[in-house]
Formats: sequence, structure tokens, C-alpha cells
Amino acid sequence: MKVSLFATCLVDTMTPSVGMATGRLLQRLGQDVVVPPTQACCGQMHVNTGYRREALGIVANHVRAFAGAEAIVAPSGSCVASIHHQQAAVARRAGDEALAQAAEELAGRTYELSQFLVDVLGVTDVGAYYPHRVTYHPTCHSLRLLEVGDRPQRLLRAVRGLELVELPGAEQCCGFGGTFAVKNADTSTAMLTDKMAAVLSTHAEVCTAGDASCLMHIGGGLSRLRAGTRTVHLAEILASTEQSTHPTTPTDAVTPHQTTHPSVPA
Amino acid sequence: MTAVHLGMPGLPTAPRGVGHLRGTESFPDAARHELRNGQLRANLGHATATIRGKRAGVVAEVPDWEQLRAAGKAIKAATMARLDEHLVELERQVTARGGTVHWARDANEANAIVTALVQATGTTEVVKVKSMATQEIGLNEALEAVGLDVFETDLAELIVQLGEDKPSHILVPAIHKNRAEIKEIFARTIPGVDPELTDDPRQLAMAARTHLRERFLRARVAVSGANFAVAETGTLSVVESEGNGRMCLTLPDTLITVMGIEKVVPTWTDLEVFLQLLPRSSTGERMNPYTSTWAGVTPGDGPQEFHLVLLDNGRTAVLADEVGREALHCIRCSACLNVCPVYERTGGHAYGSVYPGPIGAILSPQLTGVEDNASLPYASSLCGACYEVCPVAIDIPSILVHLRAEHVEAQEHPTAEALAFRGLAKAMSHPRLWHLAQRGARLGRLIARGKPTLPNVFPPPISGWTRSRDLPTPPTRTFVQQWTEEHGQ
Repeated sequence: MKVSLFATCLVDTMTPSVGMATGRLLQRLGQDVVVPPTQACCGQMHVNTGYRREALGIVANHVRAFAGAEAIVAPSGSCVASIHHQQAAVARRAGDEALAQAAEELAGRTYELSQFLVDVLGVTDVGAYYPHRVTYHPTCHSLRLLEVGDRPQRLLRAVRGLELVELPGAEQCCGFGGTFAVKNADTSTAMLTDKMAAVLSTHAEVCTAGDASCLMHIGGGLSRLRAGTRTVHLAEILASTEQSTHPTTPTDAVTPHQTTHPSVPA
Repeated sequence: MTAVHLGMPGLPTAPRGVGHLRGTESFPDAARHELRNGQLRANLGHATATIRGKRAGVVAEVPDWEQLRAAGKAIKAATMARLDEHLVELERQVTARGGTVHWARDANEANAIVTALVQATGTTEVVKVKSMATQEIGLNEALEAVGLDVFETDLAELIVQLGEDKPSHILVPAIHKNRAEIKEIFARTIPGVDPELTDDPRQLAMAARTHLRERFLRARVAVSGANFAVAETGTLSVVESEGNGRMCLTLPDTLITVMGIEKVVPTWTDLEVFLQLLPRSSTGERMNPYTSTWAGVTPGDGPQEFHLVLLDNGRTAVLADEVGREALHCIRCSACLNVCPVYERTGGHAYGSVYPGPIGAILSPQLTGVEDNASLPYASSLCGACYEVCPVAIDIPSILVHLRAEHVEAQEHPTAEALAFRGLAKAMSHPRLWHLAQRGARLGRLIARGKPTLPNVFPPPISGWTRSRDLPTPPTRTFVQQWTEEHGQ
């Protein structure tokens, strides 16, 4: 299948290793991966901060960039949820019905990574090897908006060498919430503190999730505490194999200081 | 706000200077203070976790819960669409059964109506059933201002009143207090209380009981709210756990009920749905211990004078907003508060309004006009836990986002934030500009000076992040660049 990869603005700009891992994983599973070079953002940050009018151009760019794609995959539950639940509404409110329909049509072919792997490709064992103790944080939008359910855990359980430990209070938000983390920094930090306490109580080496944004938040907090646990995106775990688990340059780490060691050279 | 969107003249919102819908600080400022209260966080963490667990247990045992939710939502939506007709029918039925209906445009009118009704009886004391509507309009203060004594009779509301505190939860107004603190309040404020009083819950309840019994028996006027009003029969209903409400509803000569206009349901059968949804969602009980219903007056039985005050106080303005109007479907169960990670940490006082938590964050700004509560729609990480548990499936996250936009679009002069977001939107709409902006982000590497995280040197708003979280140093190349270099276009 020809799969168009939507990296998301955050991964593209800040954590390219997650995009590289997603692309290489899909290639390893026999997919023909294309990365439309004009992609930018889904528009969620603008919509959720109150700038739905301004988001119109962002949605239009997204629809242009991915027009004609057979399937679109993104390593983010949150951005895919925005594509499914917000993009058409932004266009419709602005009176652009044609864009709304194009966005809806595109949303129908847009998948979050774990959904694409399990539902479309029908695989749970992606042939990965990751010899670490890992805990999984189900990000709110993956959990409640996309309802990815236990797909990520099924994928993780099939990874050789990986010990999956349950995260206490897993379904509680980590406190990221986009601009919430800045506008309500104190409340966000209080939520993060409890999430980090839960993560650290598992004695996991790695906390993983399907969203680089939440991981940047949790990882940024753990890094500040100089905690030993690091954050690694689900795609990076699934992309790693016996041949590729060696640490690469720390500059590409999701949360530097903790040397996330992207599983694939980026 | 929203009326403008519909092209209608602005409908009146809840007036300033009366009632409790506005705080004195913005949410982030108030939250910062509350977050430092370790006892509050321990009390709330414990209490909300307990109620969450109870709710989840009793909801899971109802096989058709999702259908019930859908039914609740549908009944509310249909009722709101013809709210005027249902209210007129309610007035007709209440009047036919010997009650008197009063229409109050806002808090001031409602307070004046109730004050005059109480004064007309010649009494100096009023007992109260726990009621959000009367808290909203500041009725206690209005009655006290003319020299009347007002006694809250709900146990938690009594604790708040005796402690000269403010309610912090819709269902459990004293949820922020633990039993040791309650014992201290009782020992200090209840006249003639047993000096040996301990913090044993039974002892505390008995002390409150003795204190309240006296007041129930001598009260001549009671004021209540209402959970529901049935238009076709003129029936009012109050749902409670303690029975103190029923004391107030049956013992005095005069009963005055203040009810938000959105509480009406068309038919008696509609109660079947809500009386299943409400107790499981609010207290985590299969059925609440006391459900009182009454229609007008019954000679020789219960209050011989009944007044129903129908309160608008901004509700019609909410109804005019086609996205925000869903907030009027709320049945005040407080399930959204109990699951909210923000509420659990800041408590209810940080919201400044009697309606805290997720529902308060969409209801208060709409009742007052969004500019009077502009920080509340942002008091959420949009995690969606509230929507998941709402018994009438109010899409709270979507309404929060809608109100944020209403706030942004109401600004007459662009703020620095607006300019930044517009600039970023422009870049994200044009690939070449976007690539330039990404290159700009790479300048962070200069500040990082070879370190993997950026130093804590940024001004607001970025400092809000970096005060407690590291920010990674931007990479040398974007993902799209790396992929394209490896694979070609």
C-alpha cells in the first residue's frame, strides 16, 4: 500500500527520530512510504487555543499536501483525532463546504499508527526487539477521542525482549494539553508531578506513548528531575530490531539528557 | 457573545455585583494559591477517587447505560428546543394545583421576589434545602441583608455555612474539608455542642442532626431548589441523600422553590430516564435515598403556600448559542468534577463560581458573558474525561474550545498572543514560510550551546514551560529534510 506519512509539526520540527522510526517501520512491513514535503500542521493547536479562524489556512494546506493519498498515517493520536473531529468543522464554520468535504474524505483515510498497524495491516507482531522494562501511558486523545483501546499494548507485548509493566492511574492526563501547559503552568505541573510519580513507581526504564507531545511533557519533567526513566515514542520501540538497538547520536533524542537512544539511526 | 453570532441583539447575561458566578482572580492565579494547599489536595484526591470508584462500579452494572445517556441527551435537546412552551405549561399546571409562579429575569429579581415572599409571612428564619440556583444568585446574602436568619440544612452545606467558607463542589460543597477539620468547625460554632465531640463520622452527623432538628421543627418558611419540574403535571422534584431536604419540603407552612428554567422536563415519564442517570452519576448509588415530588399544595398535608420562582439569569443567552447551549442539559450530578484532573488538584474555589469543574468552566462564562470569566474555558487540558462520564453526554471539551474562540474573537485589539498565532498560522499555511519558520526554531541550538536541553532563560510564555520542564534542543534537520535526503522526493 502507498502510505503517506504525516509526521505532525512537532515531530517534524523537534523530534525527527519519531518520524524516521515511523517511516522505517512501515517500510519494513512492506509499505511504500511517501512523505509529502509540503505538510505542516493539522491545525489543532490553533483551534484548541481559540484561533479557529486562523486554522482555516492550516487545514487547507494539510488537505492540499495530502490530496490523493491512499492512506495517511501519523505517529500521534491527538493530531489524528483533530483531523477526524476538528478539521471539517473549521472549514464549515468558515463557510468553505468544499474544503470541509475534502477534509472529511481525507480523514476517512487517516490513521493513528497503532490503528493502522492493527486494523489495516492486521499485524500485532511487527518483528521488533527492545530489551527494556517499559510502561505505557495511554494519551487522552488516543484513549478517548480515537478509542485506540489496547492496540498499543498488543503491539508492545509482541515485542521481543520487552517487559511491559502497568502504569498506575494510566488514564489520568499528564497535564500537557497543548497551550494549557503554559497558560495554566502550575496546574499542569501538578498533574505532571503525579504522572511522573506513577511512572517512577513502575521502575520502568522507558515510558512510552503514541504522542510525541505528551512524551515531550513527561520527558521534560523527568529530565528536569534527573530521573533515570526516559520517554520513547511507540514508533521508535516498534521500529527497533536486533540490528538497530544501538544508541545513535544523542542530539536526536526525544528527551535529551536522558539519551533516549532512538532505536533507528536518524 | 454568541448572540452576536446569531445576528440577534445581545441577550441579557447574569448581572454583576450579585450572586456567585464570578471570582476575584483569574483561574491560573487562584489555582496557583490553591495548589500550595497540601491538605486540600490530599482531601480532594481521596474524596474524588472514592466517588469515581463508586460511580464506575454502579454504572458498569447497567447494560443499557449508553442508551440511557442518549435518551437523556435527546430529552434535554428536545425540551430546550421548545423551552418557552414547556415553561408556560408548567406555570399553568402549578397554578391549577394551588401554587404561584414568579418569573425572575435575573438574580436581583429572584432575590427580591423571595425576600418579599419571606417577609410577607412575618417570620425571621428560613431553612434551606441544598440548592445550586440559590447559591448562584446569592440568595442567603440577600435574605441576611434584610435581617433574616438563613439556615442551610444539607450537612455539607451546613459545614460550609458554619465555617464561613464557600462551597467547592456541586454535590459535596465541603469536599475540601476532612473530618478533623469538620470536627473543629462544629466544636467552634454549634451552640451547646458536646465538648467531647470527636471526628468520628457518626458523632459529627449526630451533632449536626441535633442542631438542625430544632430548626426544622420551628421553621415556618423553607426555600429549595429543584432537580426537575414536570410540565404536564406541575410536579417539582428534589433528589437527596439525607432526608433533611424532605424535612424542609414538608414541615414549614410556606415553601419557595427557586429553579433555573432549564430544569423543566415535558412529561412524568421523562423522570424515568433521569432518576436512573442522576444517582449513579452523582453519589455512585443505584438509587438515592430520598426522592421528593410535589405539585402545588394539598390541603392539610405539607406546606399550604407554594411559590415557584423561575430563574433565567443568563440562561436564555446560553440557549441562543447553538454550540454552547448543550451546557443547559446539565443535571448537576458532578461526575465531571470527580474525574477532572484539574479540579482534583485545584479544588472548586479556584473557579471563582459556584459552578466549578468542567461544567462550571462552560456554564459560568456563558451565564456571565465570556469576558467576565475569560480564563475558565482555558482551565482544562481537554483530556475528555468529563465528556466520557457525563450522564447526558454534554461534549464539554468541544464547548470549552468554542468558548475559547468566542473569547479570542471578542478582542477588539489584537493581543501579542493573537499576533503570534496569526503569524504561525500564516507560516503553517504556506510550506515555504513554514520551512523558514522551522529553520528559525533551529536558532535555539545557539542558545543551547551544545547541550541537549535549552537553558531556562526564556521570557513568558515559554518560561511557563521551562520553570518545571526541560525543553529539548531543536535538531539540526527537520524530519522532512532527513527523509527527503535519504529517499529523494
